[in-house]
Formats: sequence, C-alpha cells, structure tokens
Amino acid sequence: MILTLTEAERQIALGISVAVALGGLVLAAAGTQDTMEVHGWLILVFGAICAVVVIRDLWGPEPPRSRLESYYDEPIKAGIIASMAWAVVAMFVGVWVAALLAFPDLTFDGAWASFGRLRPVHTSGVIFGFGGNALIATSLHVVQRTSRARLPDQLSPWFVLVGYNLFCILAASGYLLGVTQSKEYAEAEWYADIWLVIVWVTYFVLYIRTLARRKEPHIYVANWYFMAFILVVAILHIINNLAVPVSLGHAKSYTIWSGVQDAMVQWWYGHNAVAFFLTAGFLGMLYYYLPIRAQRPIFSYRLSILSFWGITFFYMWAGSHHLHYTALPHWVQTLGMTFSVMLLVPSWASAGNALLTLNGAWHRVRDDATLRFMMVAAVFYGISTFEGSFLAIRPVNSLSHYTDWTVGHVHAGALGWVALITFGSFYTLVPSLWKRETMYSPALVEWHFWLSLAGTLIYIFAMWNSGIIQGLMWRTYTEEGTLAYSFLDSLRAMYPYYISRTLGGLLFLIGAAIGAYNMWRTIRAAPSSAPVEGDVPLNAATAVARG
Amino acid sequence: MAELFHRKLERSAIGFVLAIVAAASVGGLVEIAPLFTIDETVEKVPDMRLYTPLELAGRNIYVREGCYACHSQMIRTLQDEVERYGPYSLAVESKYDHPMLWGSKRTGPDLARIGGKYSDFWHVAHLTNPRDVVPDSNMPAYAWLARTTLRLDDLPLHLKALRAAGVPYTDAMIENASIDAYDQATPESSTSSGVADRYGQETQVRVFDDVATEVTEMDALVAYLQVLGRLTDAPYKNTAAPQKPPEPVK
Repeated sequence: MILTLTEAERQIALGISVAVALGGLVLAAAGTQDTMEVHGWLILVFGAICAVVVIRDLWGPEPPRSRLESYYDEPIKAGIIASMAWAVVAMFVGVWVAALLAFPDLTFDGAWASFGRLRPVHTSGVIFGFGGNALIATSLHVVQRTSRARLPDQLSPWFVLVGYNLFCILAASGYLLGVTQSKEYAEAEWYADIWLVIVWVTYFVLYIRTLARRKEPHIYVANWYFMAFILVVAILHIINNLAVPVSLGHAKSYTIWSGVQDAMVQWWYGHNAVAFFLTAGFLGMLYYYLPIRAQRPIFSYRLSILSFWGITFFYMWAGSHHLHYTALPHWVQTLGMTFSVMLLVPSWASAGNALLTLNGAWHRVRDDATLRFMMVAAVFYGISTFEGSFLAIRPVNSLSHYTDWTVGHVHAGALGWVALITFGSFYTLVPSLWKRETMYSPALVEWHFWLSLAGTLIYIFAMWNSGIIQGLMWRTYTEEGTLAYSFLDSLRAMYPYYISRTLGGLLFLIGAAIGAYNMWRTIRAAPSSAPVEGDVPLNAATAVARG
Repeated sequence: MAELFHRKLERSAIGFVLAIVAAASVGGLVEIAPLFTIDETVEKVPDMRLYTPLELAGRNIYVREGCYACHSQMIRTLQDEVERYGPYSLAVESKYDHPMLWGSKRTGPDLARIGGKYSDFWHVAHLTNPRDVVPDSNMPAYAWLARTTLRLDDLPLHLKALRAAGVPYTDAMIENASIDAYDQATPESSTSSGVADRYGQETQVRVFDDVATEVTEMDALVAYLQVLGRLTDAPYKNTAAPQKPPEPVK
C-alpha cells in the first residue's frame, strides 16, 4: 500500500508517524502516575509501527503515472477489512455484556471485565469501529464514482483511516482501563477527542477536494448525506466534548457543561449521533448501493430532497425527547416531542423511496441475498423510525424510558438498519473492488442473511417484552393504593429475556463472522480476468497527459 | 420553482455545505442557548452544598466504572417514581455535576436519593458482592475497591479543574483537598474538623468502609453514595409534593 504513495507523500507519512510516536512519548512521560501513561505507550507503539511500515517501502519505485487513470481504492479496501474486524470484535463484546446481565459473576474479579467498562467498548466498537470505518470506506468509494474523479491525493485518505482507527483503539482500550467521561456515546477522553477533531477536519477537506474535482455538474444524493454526516458530527463532537483536563498528565477531564445544560447538550449530541452518524451516513450508502444492486434508478428525486432536508433540519430538535419528565424545562421537552413526531415524514420518505426503487426488481430481491440485505435494512429503517417517533411521545415515554424497550429500539436500528445496509453494501463492493466476479460463496451470504434476520428479531422481541413488562411492573398499584412490585421483582422477571437476547445477539455475531470469513476468502481468491468496464475516472487519459 | 433552486444548489459544494450547517444549527440554538439565560431553568437554592474532595473522588469512581449505564440519578415527575424513590429531582441538584449522571437506563434502581437509605455497612457488603445481600441481583461485584488505596495527592488539581468549569471551590478548599479527603474518612485525625468547616456541618465524617487505617476507593464511593440526594433539602420543600426529609441511617 505504501508503494501507491508518491515519494513526497511517503516522506510526509513518515514525518506524521514519527510525530505521533513522539506525542505518545510526551503523554507517557507526563502521565507516569496515571492511566495516561498506558495510552502514551500505546500511541508510541502505534506511531512506531506506522513508521516501520512506511520505511520498508520508503525508497521503493515511484507509482506509475497511469495510476491517475483509475480510482484510488486501496484505503477503501483497508477500511472494509477494518470495519469487519471491528464488527466481529465489538459484536462479540456485545454478546459478552448481554451475558453479564444474566450471569453477573463472569467478571473474574477484574475491574476491566465489569459491565460498566465493557458496555462502552461494545457501543463504541460497533458505532465507531464497525460503522465509522464502513462509512469512511463507502463514502470515499461513492464520492469518487459519483464525481467520476479520483481522490486528490494518496496520503490524506490513509491519514483519515489510520488516524480514525487510532481514535477507536484509544477509546476502546481506555474504557477497559477506566478512562471515560461517562457521556453516553462520547465516552472517550480529551486527548482522543482532540485527535479525532484533527482526523475529522482532514476527512472533510478530503471530501470537499474530491467534490471540487468532479466531472459531473450535480452532486449526487448519496454525497449530500455523507457531507451532512461529516459536517454535523464535527459540530456535535466538538461542542459536546468541551472539557477541562485535570492536568496534561491526567487522562481525566471535567466537561465544561453541568447539570441540566449538560443533559441537554449530551442528548442533543446523543440523538444526533444517531441521526447523522447512524442515519445520514448509512442513507448515503443506501442511495448508492441499493439502486446499483437493483439496477433501477432511485424512485423519486423530489422525495430524496424532501427527506434530506427534513432529516437535516428536524433531527437537531429531537434530542430533548430523551429527557421527558426530568428537570429539563417543559417547553424544551415539548419541542423535542413535536419535532420527533414530525421526523416520521422525512424518515419514511427515504424508507419509501428505497422500497419503491425496488419496484420492478422484486425478483432480484428474491434471488439475491445481497439485495435482500438492503431491502430488509430499508424496512427496519422504516420500523425503527416509526418506533422512535412513537417512543418520543411524552406519555409513551413515561412507560418506555429507563427500560429495555429503548435498548430494543436502538438495536432495531443498529442491527436491522445500520448493520444490514452495511453488509449489503459490502457484498456489493467487495467483489468489484477486488476484481472478482462474485463472492467466494453465495450460499454463505444466504446463511449470513438468515442468521442476521433471526438474530435481530429474537433480540428486539426479547427487549420489547422485557421493556414493557418492566415499565408496567414499575407503575402497577395494588387495590390498597401501594406499589405492587419491588424493583427486585421487576429484575427477576427480566432474566428469561436477558438470556434470549444473548442468544439473538449470538446468532447475529455468528452471521457477521461468516460474512467476514466469506469476504476474506473472496479477497484471497484469484482475480477474475475481466475488469469492470467503465469503472474509471472521466478524462483520466488527459489527466495523465497533463500530469 | 423550488426544484430549480435545488438543482442550482447541487452544483455548488460550498453552497451545499453552508446550507447544511444553517439547517442543522437552528434546533440546537433554539433549545440549548436559552437554558443558560432563562433564570427559572435552575432553581435558586442557598443551602446547596458542594461535593467534598472525598465525595468527588467517589463520584469519579462512579464515572470511571460506568455506573450510569445501569443506574439513573433522575427521578421523574411521575407518581410511581416519587413513591418508589422519593421527591422528583430538581435541576439545582445536579448544578455542580460535571458531567451530569442522569443516566438513561435502569437495569438497577435509581440512585438520586440513595444517600442515607442504607447503612455504610450495607453498601460495603453490597459493593463487595451484591448477591450476599440481594440474592437475585445482577450487579457486578466491586470487591477490589476495598483493596485499592485512594489516590489523594492530585485532588487539588481536580478541584481546580472543576473551578475552571464553574464550580465555586474556594482557594482554601483547593489547598486542603487532599487532607480533607483523608480526614473525612478518618474521624480520629487531629485536623478532621476542617472538612466540616469548609463544606458545611452536615458533611458526613466517618470511617465508611470499616477500616480506619487506610482511605480506600471503597471509602470514597460509599461517601459519594451516602451524599446522593442530600446536598440540599429543596426537593423536600419547594416542590409540588413536599415531604419530610428522611433521617439518615448511620
């Protein structure tokens, strides 16, 4: 991969790697009495490995000029592999934490193995490790194809991808060490957060530079979503993570927000991490890979516009529905509820647009598990956005909040929508990127599909049951007017559901592992002789001539 | 007409970026900015106390272990919650919480008013092995807290950082943070009146984990749990459902 960089880029890459390693050394030296020290050494090792990888090919031959006649897909391939690796690891941790709720003594008397530390490893690992890598990889693929332009350089996509994974490693390892802000989905501490800002700004600049090179006059829908994802996540991340570190030698920091304002900022962030990370970015995937796979154009351009601007505008109001009946002022709760209900319109516009696109291609949905992944993803997108609007209604929320129903809702979205659209996109992408005719085993894709679907359904049915039972038991009164159940009664009632959700998660994990294996075998198979016709940037030849 | 305009917008990456930022900024501005300017957002309560250094250290352990993943600290304005947990939470009670720990999930019960409900002895036994006192509990055991010495030397830095974030710790509090933390869990100490002088006479000064010779993380966490809901009496008085504050269990 280093050989695809120009010599000047290799030198910069080496400089960055050494700088990162030195930064790690500084942190290790400053934090000798703190968990910061472990992270310092980790960053040092990470930088050193990158430096070694670069040095090995530092004096290799310059990449041929003909490279400019093709898209730059090397970092995309690495992103897909990283994404699947994170998927297997983070879903394994998910099954583990699910099991911990039913079998709490599986912690080996170790601090790192308790539920509170492992749970963010699962959530961050899935959202940022699996989802984030998938988004970076597919966005760089889509932006090149829909702009008919090659990425502007070879270094910055690698910086984004490798730097992003360093953030994910710091985040996940930090939680095991007890380094956390305890802000949901933003647990990583200040130095990791600053690093992510650097990576993210580079990502944004890379994206805009590629768009600036486009040969198509119009920016395609999928790119709108990827742009919204990159931009808004940056805004959310920076504002929510403003903090005062205890010292430069401490991993710990104190957020500048407190109490009710912190709660509002946190859920403005948290809900829009769902909106712009887990929805907008993945809709970008949907709007590109689903029509490609179905070989049908998007059903309605107008619906795309309506859905995009509806999501971008409405979602940012919805976060306060996480704080119904709390000390948050009533007017903010009401606004959050109102916009959450209105959100159903743009959400269903996209879900409907996707399903109507399949009209005329239903026979392909029947025969092709890859397309079926995307179809079911669109259905789950519709289901979970409906459920989301429903749960945001204040009286409904009084029952569902604090219960497993929320967990079930999140997984309807994360498993049914996010993961399935990603798998569908990857199964489309992997053979074409590695120049194979098909996946190694179409039968294993079928297995993956049915395991995923079964796992998701078992999971969300278990959580619907447990959540509603929990919520009802908490508010049930006896005829004498006293509370009928102790908290412990409600916990006892949960055990069967906690075990069945673990099984559902396990099925999903097995499916993901099969998917990773299938992709791995596809990558390792001999390349087919037939390259894909027309999969090159426009005016590539003139670009080469001009240098 | 609208469609024409959008076709135009699609031709400009910068224009599109600006439009996204504009559309996405409105919701946050309208909902968040007024929370800092509208006075009624946080109740004015003169008797609201600060966390002592020991309680703060305990809170940091609560944060570090991710307790928020299973325990809320926010009693909603619903009858069954008030009857189960106590008066509903007021905004002022988390005024000095950086971050707030309202939580989003109750795998275990709410802890906003846990302070004083159980004895120190119960808490230590429960944290050491929850199933010794609650046979059906699915909470992890935190036995190692009692084996881990609490780090005291950097507490002044913690208070300083919090002051920078807006918590009104005084110079004396910052200067004496380490000794105050030690003293709060060591009542025999010759200086142990200092912590109550600085943080209020209601400060609970005692050996929390039953071992007087050493201040452990167990001391700190139990001290924090025992002060939850007890930093002010306001929720028992100035609300729609006034109640008598409970007598704390020693």
